[in-house]
Amino acid sequence: MVIKYFSWIKEHIGKSEERIELPVNVSTIEELMLYLENLNDKYKLAFKKKDLIKIAINKSYSSIDDKINNNDEIAFFPPVTGG
Amino acid sequence: MNKKFPKVYIKIQYEDFDVSKETQKLHHNLTGAIVNFVGLVRGHNENDSEQVSSMTLEHYPGMTEAEIDKIVQKSIKKWDLTGITVIHRVGKLFVSDQIVFVGVSSMHRQNAFDACNFIMDWLKTKAPFWKVEENNNHRSWVSSRQSDQEATKKWES
Repeated sequence: MVIKYFSWIKEHIGKSEERIELPVNVSTIEELMLYLENLNDKYKLAFKKKDLIKIAINKSYSSIDDKINNNDEIAFFPPVTGG
Repeated sequence: MNKKFPKVYIKIQYEDFDVSKETQKLHHNLTGAIVNFVGLVRGHNENDSEQVSSMTLEHYPGMTEAEIDKIVQKSIKKWDLTGITVIHRVGKLFVSDQIVFVGVSSMHRQNAFDACNFIMDWLKTKAPFWKVEENNNHRSWVSSRQSDQEATKKWES
């Protein structure tokens, strides 16, 4: 799966994109975030303010309990500030 | 309304845009009114406490265009329109630079006013763009504003 990060989430994690194999025990966005947070403190810091994290699955807004699979493109980003 | 209308144009770009040329492109033979919105880079941040010399905008290619298109399609369901153009810049921009153009044309003015306002309100809260403000060596990501969230409520009825 491809995971993309934007704005200050990208800066906390230190990369804009990565590819991972979805671990067998991970089937929702929430489980994916927990998995990543357990990798290192950069993810913990990036995901600290859960209410400020927006999620997209395959470029559509999604929520934390949505199901994911290994072919998905997931994105984590803060509230948008365009215009 | 003729089925070939409205003409829709959505573009994310680094380059500047020419408001009069974009306005001209919204003229169609059924058009009687055009409303444009142009957003600019302010020289101060949200609290007016700090000067801003530049900002950098990033977006999520693919999703940003798709989200803007969803908003535009909703506006087409609500109002009879002849043309809709949304151009949003990304990259490094300086004070007074143009950031966004939303132009709407219609047969009668109220539809163009309302649809332009609607598209801009939803763009602010849904289209994936992020701004970082810069001044000398200081940079800070802009926070989303509650007032922008509240602005969309008037369209919920």
